[in-house]
Amino acid sequence: MTDASNSQASNGQAPNSDTNLTGARIGVITFPGTLDDVDAARAVRYAGAEAVALWHADDDLQGVDAVVVPGGFSYGDYLRAGAISARTTVMGAVVEAAKGGLPVLGICNGFQVLTESGLLPGALMRNEHLRFICRDQWLRVENNTTVWTTRYEPGAEILVPLKNAEGRYVADASVIDELEAEGRVIFRYVGAEGDHNPNGSLGDIAGISSADGRIVGLMPHPEHAIDALTGPTDDGLGIFLSVIDSLLKV
Amino acid sequence: MPNEQSTASPEEAVVHVDTVSAAQASPDVAQPYRELGLKDDEYTRIREILGRRPTEAELAMYSVMWSEHCSYKSSKVHLSYFGKTTTDEMKSKMLAGIGENAGVVDIGDGWAVTFKVESHNHPSYVEPYQGAATGVGGIVRDILAMGARPVAVMDQLRFGPADAADTRRVLPGIVSGVGGYGNCLGLPNIGGEVVFDESYAGNPLVNAACIGVLRSEDMYTAHASGAGNKVILYGSRTGLDGIGGVSVLASDTFSGDGSAGAGSNARRKLPSVQVGDPFAEKVLIECTLEVFAADLVVGIQDLGGAGLSCATSELASAGDGGMHVWLDKVPLRATGMSPAEILSSESQERMCAVVTPDKVEAFLEVCRKWEVEADVIGEVTDTGRLVITFHDEVVVDVPPRTVAHEGPVYSRPVERPASQDVLEANTPDSLERPSTPEELRETILRMIASPNLCSRAWVTDQYDRYVRGNTVLAQPADSGVVRVSDDSNLGVSMATDCNGRYTALDPYHGAQLALAEAYRNVVTGGAAPTAVTNCLNFGSPEDPAVMWQFSEAVKGLADGCAQLGIPVTGGNVSFYNQTGTTAILPTPVVGVLGVIDDVRRRTIVGVGQEAGETLILLGETLDEFGGSEWANVVHNHLGGRPPAVNLDTERVLGEILIAGSRDGMISAAHDLSEGGLAQAVVEMCLTGETGARIVLPADLDPFVALFSESTARVVVAVPRSEELRFTEMCQARQFPMTRIGVVIPEEPVLDIQDVATLSLDELRTAWEGTLPALFA
Repeated sequence: MTDASNSQASNGQAPNSDTNLTGARIGVITFPGTLDDVDAARAVRYAGAEAVALWHADDDLQGVDAVVVPGGFSYGDYLRAGAISARTTVMGAVVEAAKGGLPVLGICNGFQVLTESGLLPGALMRNEHLRFICRDQWLRVENNTTVWTTRYEPGAEILVPLKNAEGRYVADASVIDELEAEGRVIFRYVGAEGDHNPNGSLGDIAGISSADGRIVGLMPHPEHAIDALTGPTDDGLGIFLSVIDSLLKV
Repeated sequence: MPNEQSTASPEEAVVHVDTVSAAQASPDVAQPYRELGLKDDEYTRIREILGRRPTEAELAMYSVMWSEHCSYKSSKVHLSYFGKTTTDEMKSKMLAGIGENAGVVDIGDGWAVTFKVESHNHPSYVEPYQGAATGVGGIVRDILAMGARPVAVMDQLRFGPADAADTRRVLPGIVSGVGGYGNCLGLPNIGGEVVFDESYAGNPLVNAACIGVLRSEDMYTAHASGAGNKVILYGSRTGLDGIGGVSVLASDTFSGDGSAGAGSNARRKLPSVQVGDPFAEKVLIECTLEVFAADLVVGIQDLGGAGLSCATSELASAGDGGMHVWLDKVPLRATGMSPAEILSSESQERMCAVVTPDKVEAFLEVCRKWEVEADVIGEVTDTGRLVITFHDEVVVDVPPRTVAHEGPVYSRPVERPASQDVLEANTPDSLERPSTPEELRETILRMIASPNLCSRAWVTDQYDRYVRGNTVLAQPADSGVVRVSDDSNLGVSMATDCNGRYTALDPYHGAQLALAEAYRNVVTGGAAPTAVTNCLNFGSPEDPAVMWQFSEAVKGLADGCAQLGIPVTGGNVSFYNQTGTTAILPTPVVGVLGVIDDVRRRTIVGVGQEAGETLILLGETLDEFGGSEWANVVHNHLGGRPPAVNLDTERVLGEILIAGSRDGMISAAHDLSEGGLAQAVVEMCLTGETGARIVLPADLDPFVALFSESTARVVVAVPRSEELRFTEMCQARQFPMTRIGVVIPEEPVLDIQDVATLSLDELRTAWEGTLPALFA
């Protein structure tokens, strides 16, 4: 059951709550400064699963089948983005569950939280040009074998919003080499030469995965691209459909 | 004054307390009222109201609340005209209007919308980032205080010349302040304005708008009713930042304790621009919406300009008229703050709620969940007095209405300056016009690259337009549109506009031109205009010429709204926008709110959605270049008459655009304003990444056709299959209409026959390159 008391006060119109056709239950975490939890929950519902609100102070993941750590400014990001969130009660539970194979998706600030939690390698630094940037961004899906990307064709190019101030992916050369060698660079920035990389990320990396492909983090926002009315495309929906597919196969 | 200071150690900041009894005992103490911005007769009136001299705390309250910013003392006599021109029919959908924190309008299906624009001009010049950031924070709390969830923001920014050195200081800071705060709050920024003009060089304008959505039965207002109810202050702690932001307090003389030691003086030199903490505001929003949802609140007020002085006096005077506040219960972030400082502090991210005693614990519990500090600081009484104590000593004892609502009202001298005739006589008719195809081509490229017409992407790409997932239209659209909720297709639209050059030429019609453009921008997106707000930015009210501009603009706007049948639900006045004796261009920013019953039919700007599209120009083009952007860019000229405004024509145009959208006859549309037809067509092609072939009307001079700024005009793209139906609809309404071309998906060019063929790449380079080259 969705714990409505933990959802943000008045986003609670509970739209499309009849769409849980698959029986899948996907948790969406809310830290005090999380912003895109409403969007992530909507994407989960659009894809046909139940969105379960998880509050940062709770250690009970309510038996969800997967977790999304959404974007925002979890604790204001006055320290390193995601640093405080990584040490919250709920993230302790997520890290523990992830060891047992729970699929986890971190979007934007959520990606930062996953690197700060040690679930994914590397770090997200301030954008090269030092400004917040919001734009529609082309990505290439480099690996469609993770639980979050099976719905995409190999090498598919998708257009989703990107919006962040600290989105420049960095890691030691050895880590980058390892990620590339193991096919763990999942999303790469593509587009017009010279303008395709929005923030100076190493290797044009937009998103990576854990070794087993069950934990994925990316800076761009697939949850904002689920309907061409409110986003540039519906290209982002595939991520949520993919994980639901994987849950149904289990 | 009593000298308690002698007993304090220098390390410990001295709390100097001037009490009511001390005031009674020392009636003749000289008080620094002039430094606090009060005139002699205003001070005399305070003494008459109280029957004694005010205490320092009372003086601080009156001086900030009677400031121009809070009391509207110079504008009130003019603003009353809005009330006189608003008919009952116009009011029929208004749930709250002028005088509340923000106007509220019923939009159907049980939903209501609240919206407002406010200025934060002066702080943003002093400290661009924080000034702009706290401008966003302040308007968002105004919207929140109506019981609404804030759902979108917009900002109206005006700067000196784009290539001026100081603009490079101010603009990046202001833009990142708007973005830094709004992005962290999770509010999509769906549009706004960026305008450059020399007159704003020493006085940039930072206006911020916010839209909020609520169920119509859930509206809250700022009032404190029910004796015994508790007053809860929650949010950030109260500090020394922003003291006197609205009244320009002179901090050294303010507390009269120059002898308190060097440390104390240094402490009092904290910046008078407030410092924002958007994360604190984000949790304040969620916390507030949760106490609303749980029905834990009787009345609520945000703390903005004049801080607790304003919140307590306004809450008390709107309720049963009495309140007791224990000032020592206010959580502080500095030590040794005096009562006057606590009352005047403009520390951000604070709210004040009135709560029945049985719900206090539940209220505090919600605050604890969101880790928001909250304390009961007072109680509603039936004494008719606002009594404030500090460690059991009475420091304020006043009738609250005299502070909040019964401030001075001035009828300042109003005089049309003789220079106005000179300005009008200096028409653009003799300016040299481009005539050859080469000259016209060069002019097109020069115009689209000019600072006021070029792409705003460098600015707007620093704002999150996607968060919350309900943004249906945002910049570069004519208006911003957000869906009110996931489970509804109902949407609200907003556009804000003002051309200060037009207003300088004719303040009455200039304000109507601003209204006409905002109205047109809303209908171009497919929404029906419903209500109006404004942010009136002018020079010094003590200058009769400025007061003439102001009074004319108010009249023009009010008459215009009456003609269009949409009410003004609120507004904001910002005076003293000038450098030395030179005022800014009169800048009455007008915001029009629209409603769209189904957001899926909103009209976009970019062409190329349909396989075959015909471009039709709606409206009549005249030779109108007074105040035009062409005269500005090419000749640095301002003079003559602004374009004629015809609001009845605008209304018919609106009906056509809404009907066209509803019946699927329009695939794209863009309004014509600054830069004329050339600008509109270039933007439609670049936004849609699709070419077009234009044939200019044979009966018009190509220059006039391309660059005139005649009003009530829109270019629409009509799918070929709908062309007959659409043109018949326009003919039935006898609306002027010219078929000006077709979209050519196969060729990435804008081909203006007999004038120029421009590749989209060439246009894009010109249009998009300007701001990054200046500011990146």
